[in-house]
Amino acid sequence: MKRAGCTAVNLNSIKYFFKEAFTSLVRNSWLSVSSIGIVTVSLIILGASLLLVVNAEKLAQSVESSVEITAFLKEDVGKVERDRIKDKIKENSAVSTIEFISKEQALKDMKQSFGERSDILESLEDSNPLPDAFRIKTKTAEAVPAAARALEKINGIEQVRYGQGVVEKLLNVTKWVRLASIVTLGLLTLAAVFLIATTIRMSVFARRREIGIMKVLGATNWFVRFPFMLEGIVLGLTGGLLAILVVDLGYLSLMQKVKVSLPFIQLVNESQVILSILGSMIGLGIFIGALGSWFSLRRFLKV
Amino acid sequence: MIQLYNVSKVYENGVKAVSDLSLHIKKGEFAFLVGPSGAGKSTLIKLIFREELPTRGQVMFNGKNILRMKPREVPHLRRKIGMVFQDFRLLPQKTAAENVAFALEITGTSSREIKRLVPAVLEQVGLKDKGDLLPAQMSGGEQQRVGIARAIVNNPLIIIADEPTGNLDPDTSWEIMNLFQDINRRGTTILMVTHASDIVNTMKKRVIALQNGGIVRDEESGVYRREP
Repeated sequence: MKRAGCTAVNLNSIKYFFKEAFTSLVRNSWLSVSSIGIVTVSLIILGASLLLVVNAEKLAQSVESSVEITAFLKEDVGKVERDRIKDKIKENSAVSTIEFISKEQALKDMKQSFGERSDILESLEDSNPLPDAFRIKTKTAEAVPAAARALEKINGIEQVRYGQGVVEKLLNVTKWVRLASIVTLGLLTLAAVFLIATTIRMSVFARRREIGIMKVLGATNWFVRFPFMLEGIVLGLTGGLLAILVVDLGYLSLMQKVKVSLPFIQLVNESQVILSILGSMIGLGIFIGALGSWFSLRRFLKV
Repeated sequence: MIQLYNVSKVYENGVKAVSDLSLHIKKGEFAFLVGPSGAGKSTLIKLIFREELPTRGQVMFNGKNILRMKPREVPHLRRKIGMVFQDFRLLPQKTAAENVAFALEITGTSSREIKRLVPAVLEQVGLKDKGDLLPAQMSGGEQQRVGIARAIVNNPLIIIADEPTGNLDPDTSWEIMNLFQDINRRGTTILMVTHASDIVNTMKKRVIALQNGGIVRDEESGVYRREP
């Protein structure tokens, strides 16, 4: 009985904490709503930018793994000439595989990657503008630029192309997206913490008389503070749940749209990745809420 | 039970509230603390309650030096002290029973215990059938009874009452005083700040008179009078 107060967290206390927290939330409803709103907005930005980053990275990876050189042949190159060029390419020690892609094959490939929308390519059927080409893989990705330059000099090759620039551009974009979202997220998080701190401060102020009585009756610090902490966490959590709803529904409908109109782009849809993004949103929401209350309690609730 | 040794308190703004004060209050005693406002009565209570720390001197409560107490031990000290106020300090949105139960909720008492203790203590203070009333629906005397019920429900060692009859008419004041005497007879120490001279003079209890932060008079079965 003597030490009951410092250990017992009975059902009664828990009921009390929740009741107090929700009473406060209702009392400061407009502040609560704006706190939740700003938490939601910041977490939507977090979720959206995380999704953007993982998708850009996936795209970059798929481009990078298929870095290969395409050497387009001049239009007048015949079968014999083609074999000669092939032998010449083989002489390059950096080259690992060579594959001949006829113009007919190229069109077929293109159609396939367009999927349902391949009807766009229908008109090309009669006068296929695509050239014959060799698709060349090098032993290492670094060897690509040098090999490409060497191939350009071979007679009968019109043009040499490789995807290096695309990869770099893509990774560059990811870098900027990441930086911009970190800065925005940082500012919004600060604003959210500040707003929650203000909400909690109002609650503390509204209940200063009650807090005084609690202290007189011998309430422990955590008992006085917990309802306020809980109030902040509920604000953060609600914001997080709303943000998850928006981001999840938004991403699902985006996936639907992309599947229909841009079928060659594969969006990240591994549930593990998406769940961990949504999880980190909730986590940050709770963290923002707890941090906001903690600031207020430290400054305005000296118990 | 309470011992103060050469206690001085100077507030940060330079006000000397208590100077070189020594005082012993024994278990089971009933003592009045009297003196003009500004004499240091409130500070003395705050020092015992550890709301303020003395600038010099030592304060012992129930054999423990409260200056050496860790912050987290303070709530447990306060649970052994029942406070009663002039303005009752009840929570207006809670009923009488809920106000009493609140003191138990804070100390982590089980709801079964609360259901058992609250009606018993309300009966003890004479509010057997008024547990469901809100403070606003009760008279001043009844509100003070709720305040007393709340103070005693955790079985404190001492009740400290700060002008408990200051807002009550003479008849009601006497009812409240009888209640305090009843509680004192059951073994609880009582320290009461008061300006009610007729009560002090009639009850013939220990009187500790403060002036300018020091004790000017300390008598068994003393009286209330203006100090020279």
